[in-house]
Amino acid sequence: MSVAILYALTGAGLFVIGLHALILRAHLLRKILGFNVMGSGVFLVLAALARRTPSGIPDPVPQAMVITGIVVAIAATALALSLMLRVAAVTGRAELGAAGACHEDGDTEQGERP
Amino acid sequence: MMADNALIAPILIPLLGALLAFLLRRWARPIGLLTMLMLVIALAGLVPGLLETGSRALAIGGWDAPLGVGLRLDGLSLAMLLMTAAVGLAISLYSAVYFSGQPRLVASFWPLWLLLLTGLNALFLATDIFNLYVTLEILGLAAVALAALAGGAEALVAAMRYLLVSLLGSLAYLLGVALLYHAYGTVDLILLSERIAPAPAAWAALGLMSAGLLLKTALFPLHFWLPAAHASAAAPVSALLSALVVKGSFYLLLRLWLELFGGLAGVASILFGLLGAAAVLWGSLQALIQSRLKLLIAYSTVAQIGYLFLAFPLAIGAATTAWTGALYLAVSHGLAKAAMFLAAGNLLRFGGHDRIADLDRVVQRLPLSIAAFALAGVSIMGLPPSGGFIGKWLLLEAALDQGQWGWAIVILLGGVLAATYVFKVLGYAFTQSEHPHQAKPVPALMEWVAFGLAVAAVLLGLIVAPLLALLGLGDPFGAHPMAARP
Repeated sequence: MSVAILYALTGAGLFVIGLHALILRAHLLRKILGFNVMGSGVFLVLAALARRTPSGIPDPVPQAMVITGIVVAIAATALALSLMLRVAAVTGRAELGAAGACHEDGDTEQGERP
Repeated sequence: MMADNALIAPILIPLLGALLAFLLRRWARPIGLLTMLMLVIALAGLVPGLLETGSRALAIGGWDAPLGVGLRLDGLSLAMLLMTAAVGLAISLYSAVYFSGQPRLVASFWPLWLLLLTGLNALFLATDIFNLYVTLEILGLAAVALAALAGGAEALVAAMRYLLVSLLGSLAYLLGVALLYHAYGTVDLILLSERIAPAPAAWAALGLMSAGLLLKTALFPLHFWLPAAHASAAAPVSALLSALVVKGSFYLLLRLWLELFGGLAGVASILFGLLGAAAVLWGSLQALIQSRLKLLIAYSTVAQIGYLFLAFPLAIGAATTAWTGALYLAVSHGLAKAAMFLAAGNLLRFGGHDRIADLDRVVQRLPLSIAAFALAGVSIMGLPPSGGFIGKWLLLEAALDQGQWGWAIVILLGGVLAATYVFKVLGYAFTQSEHPHQAKPVPALMEWVAFGLAVAAVLLGLIVAPLLALLGLGDPFGAHPMAARP
């Protein structure tokens, strides 16, 4: 049991490290990596705290959840990376910088662009 | 509970539509419209059965609670599904015209929009907290992709921030799921509601899941991402983000509160109420000082989300009144806010800008769109006989019954502030601008759709009894609704 707790605490630590990067790092790639570290932390908690059935066999349900979670994380990472490339192409920087501020001069509607 | 395969229709229909629209890109628009029509018919078919039984459930493939994927329909989920279908139908009709002549956007919009509907409908029907996480992610990813569709630096950066915030919220929620599974050995809402007890694991899960969902619902002060994301998207996307997507995470939080956390979280309920009150005041004041129409409407959403959270502290003493009030507000805000964003889209298309001060006598030139904005405004302000009035009335009733004057004052003050920012826009709509501009024609359908939605938001106030009866089906607001059910 103590090993499980150790893994779970490691998972929680990864979650916090990832959160730190996601919030404080400016570069979008670091933020996306931070999200992935956070995700790994959650998966570790899920797998570590999985109950063992009375016969000593690990519960398969959390493992199924981790696999589903990994699929979701891959999809989210792919979307984030492609969006990051678009942001970098348009603004010249892979950051959520000044371009994110809402300009008062809304002359053109974004949706009208071909 | 009878096995009820019809329950899968609201998920399967848009999912198949999304796949078909993605594969047959040239036919995306007809496929999308047909899918939307079939979805509305399928939902209408669910209503009579629900009126008889009160709630309907389905274990997909015959796999029951601990392992299987369960679906359940009661009055609360049906109200959300119907609101989504009504707003969705309007947005689909509007988009069919709005994106015409832009084949790339048409081919991207329809699969994503149908996928978003899939996620949202699944969210309203799912009964286990892990599947709810998956639906939350489908909803979030589709919403971000739609928000990025507009292109341009402003929309792309706003979509990127929206994505990171959304992912952060989901992961916090998932960590909560992991803790609950560890402590109680199940992810099924019904079993969890029987087993949950005040313990450290439950407290931690409550904190993590609430924080994640509040971030996604954009409750003050976690609303920082919303105005830019909602205002910089294309008009139909702004409408669906503000009217539907934030309601998804709100519904989930409400469900968790009703089934799991309501009994053990008096302090959190009051905190939600205080943040809601701050959101009502801050969002309304921010709306008032905006110079662009779409940002004004987006900040109005921040304020209206605040109203939904006033129900949490009020529900401690008057559960049914407070929750039905919040639901009434959520549904009428869905209709009214979609109408507002679509009307704003018409004004943008017409004048090529959305600067409020430069709205050039649009009341004579686009009377239908301005009427839509004004009627939607009536519901947002909460004037009778609109749906917004009934929702606020129920919340006021819950507050006054318990002698909690503070919440009542916030409810009334928010209405006054809403009136101020709606009339600010209407005032400029009547006057001639100093910068007259070339006007582009707006297709009649786009005007009528916005008008129709706004009329529906007002009419909601006239069908109170049937709507309240529908919301109460299956007794979703009872003390322990799930445990009490056979």
